[in-house]
Amino acid sequence: MNRKFKTAGAPHFPPQTTVTRVMLQVLIALIPAIAAHVWFFGPGILFQITLAVGFAVGFEAMMLKARHQPVRLFLGDLSAVLTAVLFALCIPPLAPWWISLIGMLFAIVVAKHLYGGLGNNLFNPAMVGYVVVLISFPQAMTAWLPPVAIAPVPLGIMDTLAAILGGKLPGDLTWDAITGATPLDLIRTSVASGEMISEARSSPVFGDFGGLGWEWIANWYAVGGIWLLWRRVIGWHVPVTMIGSVLLLGLIAWLTDPGSNPSPLQHVFSGALMIGAFFIATDPVSGCASTRGRLIFGAGVGIITLVIRRWGGYPDGVAFAVLLMNMAAPLIDRYTRPRIFGR
Amino acid sequence: MAARLKIPGLPSFRNGVHPPENKDLTSGIPSRRLPFPDEVILPLSQHIGRPAEALVKPGDRVERGDVIAKASGYVSSFVHATASGTVKSIEHWPHPAGAMQPSVRIDVDPHSTQLQRPRLVPHWDEVPAEQLSEEISKAGIVGLGGAAFPMHVKLRPPEDQPVDVLMVNGSECEPYLTSDHRTMLERPEHVHQGIRIVLRALGISRAVIGIEVNKPDAIEIMRETAPTDLDVRVQPLTVKYPQGAEKMLIKAVTGREVPSGKLPASVGALVQNVATTASVAQVFETGQPLIERIITVSGRGIRQPGNWVIPFGTKLSDVIAACGGFTEDASEIVFGGPMMGQSQASLDVPVLKATGGILVLSKSECKRQDILPCIRCGKCIDACPVFLNPQLMGALARVDRFEEMTENNLGDCMLCGCCSFVCPSNIPLSQLFAMSKIQLSRLKAA
Repeated sequence: MNRKFKTAGAPHFPPQTTVTRVMLQVLIALIPAIAAHVWFFGPGILFQITLAVGFAVGFEAMMLKARHQPVRLFLGDLSAVLTAVLFALCIPPLAPWWISLIGMLFAIVVAKHLYGGLGNNLFNPAMVGYVVVLISFPQAMTAWLPPVAIAPVPLGIMDTLAAILGGKLPGDLTWDAITGATPLDLIRTSVASGEMISEARSSPVFGDFGGLGWEWIANWYAVGGIWLLWRRVIGWHVPVTMIGSVLLLGLIAWLTDPGSNPSPLQHVFSGALMIGAFFIATDPVSGCASTRGRLIFGAGVGIITLVIRRWGGYPDGVAFAVLLMNMAAPLIDRYTRPRIFGR
Repeated sequence: MAARLKIPGLPSFRNGVHPPENKDLTSGIPSRRLPFPDEVILPLSQHIGRPAEALVKPGDRVERGDVIAKASGYVSSFVHATASGTVKSIEHWPHPAGAMQPSVRIDVDPHSTQLQRPRLVPHWDEVPAEQLSEEISKAGIVGLGGAAFPMHVKLRPPEDQPVDVLMVNGSECEPYLTSDHRTMLERPEHVHQGIRIVLRALGISRAVIGIEVNKPDAIEIMRETAPTDLDVRVQPLTVKYPQGAEKMLIKAVTGREVPSGKLPASVGALVQNVATTASVAQVFETGQPLIERIITVSGRGIRQPGNWVIPFGTKLSDVIAACGGFTEDASEIVFGGPMMGQSQASLDVPVLKATGGILVLSKSECKRQDILPCIRCGKCIDACPVFLNPQLMGALARVDRFEEMTENNLGDCMLCGCCSFVCPSNIPLSQLFAMSKIQLSRLKAA
């Protein structure tokens, strides 16, 4: 009877969920979209994910060590891996390897660890990394491949690897020959030059709603996102208000002037909107915490995205919209504190 | 995750959590009497309020049921000998709440029959209502739901806040615990008789018994045995923690929200636990004061989980021995339920009036140690039944900004543990809040 017993504060329960499990489920939810990406755009994305994850884990371990934090514990939380995968999904599949290096440097070292590590980053690390490379290396970051189905020359695995690591293309192909404008680029340039959207839409890169291929990847993001909703990993607030605000405002714009505004469904199924709504704007750390705050946050991201797409300097604006709303999140949380029970 | 017994139309409250119930370990086991131990240790403080004042001295012979300490003020309670024997000493002894507390040690007489000393109690129906609460006070009755608030105080609500409904709490929302469940199954007539007496003491005629739907047999038996001449209704409730918290129960059953910082009486309600009303009935039936109760001994760290009638003051070690001892991987002992209970460092601590359960948790039932930073996921906000922002308060607590926690309504936190339970980073939020409350009261006192 002289056994020693440990004491602990209530509640006395094994963990119901862990940060690792949360991150892992988000990663699992991305698998269908990654598979679709490979299907439509070739194996480039797989190399980009490998590169980004490698750099991210390396930077994470380095920074944890420099900050005297337990390396194994924090690497195990998978947050760096998730950041890397989200980043890789945002860059062109043939982007050179150093894009990942620089993106992850800013995502993990600057946006995450210089702000205090997991849980303390003000901005979404993947979006910080993406915006840094987007602004700094516009040429590399706009070299998007058309879907395999309409590509002039589909690239094989070794060709893809050579392009990413050495910047070499097989034979006498040039970058201009194999890459092309994305649907959002086309809409942007056509609107800028006074063309009608319907003319731009005659390009083969368009599908039923969004871009050919892109709209299917968006569908799979949504499927993964709905699975996360069902598993209660994310809440419905941000995806619903973000997509809802885009649909509503897009519809108003489209009805007023269908010539220079794409249809609301085009907006939803193009660019980073779906991944943004389910995987990026739902990042808890840099988003809002209160229920009403999350509603405002999602709507804000949706509205700013539309504004940038319509009037801004970039074809897509999800990343900028997320970062701008990240800045506003603490303030929103402050003014959306819920009523206390009995008050 | 626990099965969600969400039945549409059942009343409940907003937020809260669904911990694994683990009640089937003991819910089917009828209560048995634990053998009388060699000694009982009765702390003078087994209730909220001032400690009782000892009336015995070492060497005194006491019989089971004798008063050994009297209430030392209005918010205080009587303590009775729970077994016949000789007072050995009054000394500081390990108390389940943590510190050493003055306690009366009684050497139990091994030759005694342990029959209670006869005590004269007036017939409940023939005395003025005020006298009922006095008898209840003299019998040392306190709330058995966990808080151990002296019952007679509750029976005298403020003049300007008349009570119109008695809520009888049979929700037993804490996982593992089945003592209230067994009380309802085994002593339904006592529960109802106690309700009758309390209603008379309050001068009202309406009572609602709230029972979570995971206890269908209890709902049925309480309905079958309900009196026909009184407005006593059984209300099935959604299975959700903390359904048994006073404010949540009142909200679920009546839709009334107890204002922040106020007592249930401010919305005309009074809450009593089913075991408490059963003990009231016993006072007026046999004169037996509050000296024992049904206690659930459960968890995967004990060889024979079960429900036991245990005299207060029985040492934890005696309870464990009577329940077959520990299993190999027993690693933590908790008094109360897993959500709000207190873990025990010593096997010498005695069982108290408010001890509804003793859990011996195996390693796999305990919480893990590693804590990650808050990822602001908001699960705690979605879980908090009083709509606080635990993640913000937790961040403040870790840097000792207690005043700012007050501004964020720390005072409304009832330490139910929902936030800690759902936290993926395993941050001990409710523990931080408990400590912050203590720090704040120290700062105020200084």
